[in-house]
Amino acid sequence: MEQVFTITFITGLLAAMMRMATPIIFGTLGEILSERAGVLNLGIEGIMLMGAMTGFLTTLTTGSLWLGVAAAALVGALLALFMAFLAVYLGLSQHVSGLGITLFSTGLAMFIYRLSVGSPVNPPTVRPFTQAAVPFLSEIPVIGPAFFTQYTLVYWAFLLIPALWVLLYRTTWGLAIRTVGENPLAADTVGINVNLVRTLCLAGGGALMGIGGAFLTLAHQNMFLIDVVGGRGWISIAMVIFGNWDPARGAAGALIFGFLDALQLRLQGLGFDIPFHLFLLIPYLMTVVALVSVSRRAAAPAGLLKPYRREEKG
Amino acid sequence: MPADRHAMSAGTEEAPASGHTAPPCVVEMRSITKTFLDVTANSNVTFSLREGEICALLGENGAGKTTLMNILFGYYAADSGEIRIGGEKVSFSSPKDAIACRIGMVHQHFTLVPSQTVLENVVVGSGGGKFFLDLSGARKKLLALQERFGLSVDPDAPVWTLPIGGQQKVEILKALYRDARILILDEPTAVLAPLETRELFATLRTLAAGGCSIIFISHKLYEVMEIADRVVVLTKGVLTAERKVSETSERELANLMVGRDLAEKKRPPRGTPGSPLLEIRGLTVKNDRNLEAVNDLSLDIRSGEILGMAGVSGNGQRELAEALFGLRKPVSGTISVNGMPLPPARPKASVESGMGRIPEDRMTTGLLLELSVEENLVLENHADFRSLGMLDHGAIGRHAERLISDFSIKTDGRTAKAQTLSGGNLQKIILARELSASPKVVVAAQPTRGLDVGAIEYVHWRILDARASGAAILLISEDLDEIFQLSDRIAVMYEGRIMGIADGGSASREQIGLWMSGVNEPCA
Repeated sequence: MEQVFTITFITGLLAAMMRMATPIIFGTLGEILSERAGVLNLGIEGIMLMGAMTGFLTTLTTGSLWLGVAAAALVGALLALFMAFLAVYLGLSQHVSGLGITLFSTGLAMFIYRLSVGSPVNPPTVRPFTQAAVPFLSEIPVIGPAFFTQYTLVYWAFLLIPALWVLLYRTTWGLAIRTVGENPLAADTVGINVNLVRTLCLAGGGALMGIGGAFLTLAHQNMFLIDVVGGRGWISIAMVIFGNWDPARGAAGALIFGFLDALQLRLQGLGFDIPFHLFLLIPYLMTVVALVSVSRRAAAPAGLLKPYRREEKG
Repeated sequence: MPADRHAMSAGTEEAPASGHTAPPCVVEMRSITKTFLDVTANSNVTFSLREGEICALLGENGAGKTTLMNILFGYYAADSGEIRIGGEKVSFSSPKDAIACRIGMVHQHFTLVPSQTVLENVVVGSGGGKFFLDLSGARKKLLALQERFGLSVDPDAPVWTLPIGGQQKVEILKALYRDARILILDEPTAVLAPLETRELFATLRTLAAGGCSIIFISHKLYEVMEIADRVVVLTKGVLTAERKVSETSERELANLMVGRDLAEKKRPPRGTPGSPLLEIRGLTVKNDRNLEAVNDLSLDIRSGEILGMAGVSGNGQRELAEALFGLRKPVSGTISVNGMPLPPARPKASVESGMGRIPEDRMTTGLLLELSVEENLVLENHADFRSLGMLDHGAIGRHAERLISDFSIKTDGRTAKAQTLSGGNLQKIILARELSASPKVVVAAQPTRGLDVGAIEYVHWRILDARASGAAILLISEDLDEIFQLSDRIAVMYEGRIMGIADGGSASREQIGLWMSGVNEPCA
């Protein structure tokens, strides 16, 4: 066992934690932005898959990784706008609309992928992002290689956490978003366009989800597989609740999940004589435990799930 | 910004309409018509407001007062008609436009975010294009306003921690923060204790003296007489009368409002009360926040007696009713009906004990709106309408026909869905179901809330009728007029306890009002 807890092992574990957490952080932050404005976007799983597929195909055809990321963000925002059309403007059930988007996107992603590349024996690959070391910081022992020798998108994810926090709590827009999510009537009576705010938040959140998906095919791996997202969208929804709709706490949940995911991968490699599926289970099991213990105190935005209509006689 | 507000109103006194030169009109609404689906809420209404005056908008529920004001506030768009603010024609498509014309509105149901602070609630939407929140600048402006108008609330308190009166102050500050010169208040006193009402009226007078023009929606006559300079009466969406308050009387206004002479209300004499039918001993009930809402409460109500439970909302009345109905489990204490203790939190036991239950919220608790009238009429006792384990629709139908005619329920038939009925007729379904089986105890929570005068009279008559047939009645109401009209004894609930019980015939409004505010001193 001694060789387990070497410096290299810990460094590798922490670095993997960051990589594993990144797509979930993108998803969680995107979902928080939507839900703080009062819309639960269950389309997240499908939007991330479409982001993964679009990013991959764009990079495959153009050779540009950043164009892939941009395309993924755009597709994510467009799908979220479709969600806004259903759940905000038509006022349909947010659950049904979101699940519909996920089912639609899943089918569409596979369809477009097959249409573009067919079903070759060896799936096509792209040359993925490489790690970029931050000058000076990356030279610190352990911390440097773990946290500051990462993909650029990892740095983005972590910079987005304080950015979203500042947006929500320190700007006039953030106050408007939170008010729309808590009491849309209050927002309307002070002249805030409730449906516009919700639509913009959905679109912004969808873009983040799309980027989270693209990270999986352009950095984490270098190819597209139909199960590449693998429930990370649903995990993000859980992390929103775990984090009580707060960006920092939600991201902390994503990091814990990333840590457990990285750990179980390494435990698998140690050659214990038990089925590896049990290791795969660990992070999901911990998610359930964490949710059960935390969600009793969770306070969702009061206006979540409720479509807003003005012309109603009460 | 607000420093030079007084400039325009230098010569304005409290009662401006009596001056030699009338102050200018700040609001003119001409021929406003508004229809919802097939209901005409406002029909050809022309209304104006002068600078610095307090104008009361009087009318029954559903007379179109709130709709008219929501049109002025840009919340609804009128179907036809025009609005002029300060002489200029305007066209509002959202409250944003109205706010820009310095109109503010305090809705009857507050539009606040309970989890946010007072300051956040006040500044939201008023950033003026700035990206970052300037909370320290906003705080200064808010504190200056508070000082000027005597509206003290802690800017950093989360709104849910404030009493109702405090929340109303936040709403008024919200309007003033946006430099409102025209302030609309929709039934502002409905939720206030008498003491808070007096405070509100003082604030309104200060505002009017400062040149602010105020529209005060109400259906309480004595309040209109006390605070307003002028009163405008709406009846069924039509503006039917306009009076200076100095030239009218409460009685004339009542007739104008209802459109007919109201019979002088006389309390029917009470008989000799019999044995206690409802006995509550040491009842403690927690609310949804797990705080004690009803605190060691004991109470007896006798046969043939109405006990009116007054109090400002949120003092445990809801939890008390829910415990009695078997919907909420008490922490401790007992409830006995006719000498038999009720098992805790068993709604069926409450029904079978012979309790008639008239819940506070008829739409969600009292009725199933998706079901038909006849199904709603047998909700609690469908065991009596069974044959061979199946519902006996013949018997249910005959039962429904009888109750529909006995309680004169206006419906398209017994199989019509409940949601097609008006509020008053929905309440009649509940009355029919709960009172037709001659209950021993009746618990009525806010039985006339949201009903019009005709329906209220009907409900009152039915409650008195139940008393005459020997029921013990607990009437929980926030409407003091109703409490005084019906009660043989009046109890006041404050923070889960009974502050005092007074005789219904001799109790004074002042005493009850003091108890409602938590003051436990004999009245001077």
